[in-house]
Amino acid sequence: MTDDFDKLKSALRAAPPPPGDAARMAALDAALQNFDLLQDSRQETAAPARPNPASPERKGFLTGVKDMLKSLSPAGLLAATTSVAALAVAVIALSPALHQPPEPALVRLAPQPATPEAAEDMAPLAAPALQAAPPALTARKAAPTSMPSADAPMVFEAAPEAMIAAGGGMAPTDMVAAPEPDTSAFANADANPVKSVETDPVSTFSVDVDTASYAVIRRDLEAGTLPPPEAVRIEEMVNYFPYAYPAPEGDAPFRADVSVMPTPWNAGTRLVRIGLQGRLPALADRPPLNLVFLVDTSGSMDEPDKLPLLKQALRLVLPQLRPEDEVAIVAYAGSAGVVLPPTPARETAAISAVLDDLAPGGGTAGAEGLAEAYRLADQMRGEGEISRVLLATDGDFNLGISDPKELETFIARERAGGSYLSVLGFGRGNLDDATMQALAQSGNGMAAYIDTAQEARKVLVDQLSGALFPIADDVKIQVEWNPAQVAEYRLIGYETRALRREDFSNDKVDAGEIGAGHQVTALYEITAPDSPARLNEPLRYGTATEATGPAGELGFLRLRYKAPGAAESQLIETPILSSDVTPDADARFAAAIAGFGQLLTGATYLGDWSWDDAIRLADGSRGDDPFGYRVEAVNLMRLAKSLNR
Amino acid sequence: MRSPSRLNSVMRMETPDETLALAAAGGDRAAFAALVTRHYDRVYGLGWRLTGSAADAQDLAQEICAALPAKLANWRGEARFTTWLYRVVVNAASDLRRRQATRARAADGWGDWEIARQAEMEESRAAQQWLEGAMARLSPELRETVALVLGEELTQAEAAEVLGLSEGTVAWRMSEVKKRLRRIAAEDEAQ
Repeated sequence: MTDDFDKLKSALRAAPPPPGDAARMAALDAALQNFDLLQDSRQETAAPARPNPASPERKGFLTGVKDMLKSLSPAGLLAATTSVAALAVAVIALSPALHQPPEPALVRLAPQPATPEAAEDMAPLAAPALQAAPPALTARKAAPTSMPSADAPMVFEAAPEAMIAAGGGMAPTDMVAAPEPDTSAFANADANPVKSVETDPVSTFSVDVDTASYAVIRRDLEAGTLPPPEAVRIEEMVNYFPYAYPAPEGDAPFRADVSVMPTPWNAGTRLVRIGLQGRLPALADRPPLNLVFLVDTSGSMDEPDKLPLLKQALRLVLPQLRPEDEVAIVAYAGSAGVVLPPTPARETAAISAVLDDLAPGGGTAGAEGLAEAYRLADQMRGEGEISRVLLATDGDFNLGISDPKELETFIARERAGGSYLSVLGFGRGNLDDATMQALAQSGNGMAAYIDTAQEARKVLVDQLSGALFPIADDVKIQVEWNPAQVAEYRLIGYETRALRREDFSNDKVDAGEIGAGHQVTALYEITAPDSPARLNEPLRYGTATEATGPAGELGFLRLRYKAPGAAESQLIETPILSSDVTPDADARFAAAIAGFGQLLTGATYLGDWSWDDAIRLADGSRGDDPFGYRVEAVNLMRLAKSLNR
Repeated sequence: MRSPSRLNSVMRMETPDETLALAAAGGDRAAFAALVTRHYDRVYGLGWRLTGSAADAQDLAQEICAALPAKLANWRGEARFTTWLYRVVVNAASDLRRRQATRARAADGWGDWEIARQAEMEESRAAQQWLEGAMARLSPELRETVALVLGEELTQAEAAEVLGLSEGTVAWRMSEVKKRLRRIAAEDEAQ
């Protein structure tokens, strides 16, 4: 009704309840404090919200120590040592990790409990002294019961025991930047640091064939914003692109190809590229396939780039199937239900009709839908057949299981039945990347993000066989570096895939799958013992044991994998030999993409290597680019450069 | 190291947002103060329209104000300041919704309505109830769109710019809202 429309308009136009002067002042205070802090540090940092009395569950805030001190009464109980200079620096405040309840995280640096006398003596001196001190942050310990409603100074006085000051300067880089408000939740971990071969000679991780992160980055850049750093997973960017790796020989499910080249961004280091190429069995030889489309039809899918695109994407899959393959569809919204019982793929019309009829509405009973889809998939799988659940969602798994950890446990239980799970993410705005990752990683599958019909083609047609047919399960990579050749190393990306050293040989520990024709690329940046680029000084007393083994080897690569469905793993070993051949276009392009990812996440190790260098390197190594993926990447870099001014 | 204010207080009264924002991004404290003071109510108001809760709106406004200095450092004057600011608010509200949803979808903001609905309805709050009911049954994307188009009276083109969508998508969403309202009216009658 139009009158309902007008009613909605006038109701929304109606003035909101007044915000309250206290809240207003507190907000403006926080703004100015952070402004000053920023001006002083020229370092991006900001205060998370200070809770207001109406929602006391969110606590903790961060303010500039200068303004805190300005508003200090002389009697303020500031913890102090006898050295004014050492008083400088304080405490970092919280950076509520996405996905964690925003509880205060208080970092305490060498707390010096103050005596009131000392504090009284010191306080008047403290403020001027601090003006000259390095940029500093102060945080207040949360005082759950005494949350005053007014401005910052009052808050401070209300919880004097909680002021903590600590000695020692804290470099601006130690500051914690408040998370950028972003619409999506992402799974990521801190960038891998440089490790010393003396102390950590072995690096272990799980393969990752996902590409979702690259598509998310592309979406953000094309929308005119830089992606939040936590959305960037460099290995998924590198693995987005096809490379010409040699095909595996004989019956081996994949082949490892190792090459070494100079690092584009550091003359003193080298890049080791490990490329795995999965076998692409003849299509005719593939086992019969049972596909269960698990389609999210909740209200949030009601967007042009969600359900309609999803239907289009799934329809692309049908011609790829053989007549004897089977398809079933489970829709889940407020309740989960089988909308298409297992149907032979040759009945395209019937399957299409059901797809067409899917309509959005209701909340999301994701867990229930998953259980139903797994039940069907297990039931459909005959001897020698493969069952896979293809979950298409915007990731808003909010009813049922909402904790990714819990969801992982649930999936891990379900995958024991032998069915695989792939996750296709759709839509802009509330994509729950973290949940998608959790699902795909623990469900023996891959996660892809589909934002356009073209991306749907890439994932579901060009690379469908890889998405559907596993050739190796639980693929783990372990590299042992030779201390005679390599002093330091850094794995670029794979932060969320790190494994413990002992997990490598433990067949019970889950790892990533490789599908038919899939490729996995991993890059290490290594530093030779005599390189000027070395970050750590050699140990004065050397190491306990002298290096043994062939001196020319940089390291030794071990791969473990299981044949699909097998319980015991097999081992592939190959030495990493030093070879400084001119890198081919593929290797240079992979390096450019790794640089792109690092530029998006802070470029800690890139020196003065810039966007222009990345663009030049990528543009010069486009090689044979039949689908235009590499051109697109170069254009995204240009876009990022202009946004990153 | 703070730059002296380049804009005096009289000037600031009529100075365009964009000029203030540029000055603030360059370190002009007075310009920054004028800018946040001028726009606090706008931020809070849209926050309320997006979340349906005064408490959440206050938190949001606080969070946004606190993050504004860092965000402004990236201000490049490519869009109108208010457009940019609306985008910041919409993203922050969406982020808040997500955080709340991750903990438990149960009861926050407009979602309270689902619970309140189980309890008895008060005659006196009928209009507010209706608004909450209507908003709760729109998807977050539609809610963002109506909050901007109806609540803030932006044109569809302006709302599209804020949301980073095409104008067509906003038009589609608005027609979708009309459809939903019709459906809601029908459902309510049926009950």
